[in-house]
Amino acid sequence: MLQAAGLAAFRGERLVFRDIDFAVAAGGALLLTGPNGSGKSTLLRLLAGLLRPAAGMLIWDGEDALSDPPMHAMRVAYVGHQDAVKPGLTAAENLHFAARLSGADVGEALLTVGLEELADLPARMLSAGQKRRLALARLVLSRASLWLLDEPTLGLDTASVERLGNMLGAHRARGGLVVAATHLTLPLPDAADLRLA
Amino acid sequence: MAGSSPATTATARLVTVVRRFTAVVARELRLSLRHGADTLAALLFFLLTASLFPLAIGPAPETLGRIAPGIVWVCSLLAALLPLDRLFGADFEDGSLDQLMLCGLPPAAIAMAKAMAHWLVTGLPLLLAAAPLAVMLRMPDSAIAPLLIGLLPGTMLLSLLGTTVAAIVLGARRGGVLLPLLILPLAAPVLIFGVGAADAASGGLSPRPHLLLLAALLAAALPLCPLAAGAGLRSATE
Repeated sequence: MLQAAGLAAFRGERLVFRDIDFAVAAGGALLLTGPNGSGKSTLLRLLAGLLRPAAGMLIWDGEDALSDPPMHAMRVAYVGHQDAVKPGLTAAENLHFAARLSGADVGEALLTVGLEELADLPARMLSAGQKRRLALARLVLSRASLWLLDEPTLGLDTASVERLGNMLGAHRARGGLVVAATHLTLPLPDAADLRLA
Repeated sequence: MAGSSPATTATARLVTVVRRFTAVVARELRLSLRHGADTLAALLFFLLTASLFPLAIGPAPETLGRIAPGIVWVCSLLAALLPLDRLFGADFEDGSLDQLMLCGLPPAAIAMAKAMAHWLVTGLPLLLAAAPLAVMLRMPDSAIAPLLIGLLPGTMLLSLLGTTVAAIVLGARRGGVLLPLLILPLAAPVLIFGVGAADAASGGLSPRPHLLLLAALLAAALPLCPLAAGAGLRSATE
């Protein structure tokens, strides 16, 4: 259960948003929408614990989530608008670090995003959509219960969006939470909507 | 059972922290191995700049041998600077730094892992290359051992200081220019005591006080540098 109470954040000198309140229950999803610059990515970074809120509280299961940042980090799997893919490593090697942290299997994660045949290809040869899928494969590897997604379907083809839908569905069925920011339609049935102005 | 559980959870937590720490170091080493050219560049820079001195000053053993410790130290200091620009820069630009920050380690531990990887990939090869270089520069035999012993904490200090400054200038415009300007004054004491040890030995004095001072600097830098670097990383990712 993730709750936000009166969250506010600054970007430099500018107040991006204030008084953000929401609650996401286990298995629930929250969709962040709003125009460019409305603070969707900032809110996601705040939820990930990368950015400290200027005001308000983030509550996880009734406790202050950000009081122990390394602990909170283990609850979170974050896919930002950058893919964090190293061009010099192969697709599989790009996932090794995430796999080592969680003890999960790289091959299975690549299979979930449909990149199993490209495992040994250097990541610099991958297309933008394939790199995006590689970034999404980290979600499968992590054992985190809160998935934070920043425009996850950017550059994905229809089949990959469908795969992402299956991943999200399975994660929510296990009791996981999803918070996603997007301008596109996401395969997230019955997600609550939070519109940032 | 109830009595042992806090100790057990503490041990379990320590084990996971160590596992994550080694995962970060392994990641860094894998990346350096893949970008072998960048890794070798520092070592080659070290060897080439040091080889310029006999050409510029002349091969007379008395002059060359006299300034050899200084040459080795200045060249290794400059060579250790080379990879610092990309130490966090590459990860910062492609979003990997966010993933690192979310690996469940405090930022200071991430900085420590980075410093350790920098030392293994840059400091250690410099240390190993320094011995043949010292011989080539006609350094007196008695000064070679103190030079190498001094380079051991010295290169570690350069890695720690370098990581700190690299983390602090992260996200700043023209950070690459700022980096040497900030690190060179900080590294001056390391240089002074490092060269002092070798000079003392070639002059027939004991290098011990200089080496102990270097060790003291390392003892202070080990906890302080990662903390400062961690704060730099936090503010860069915010």
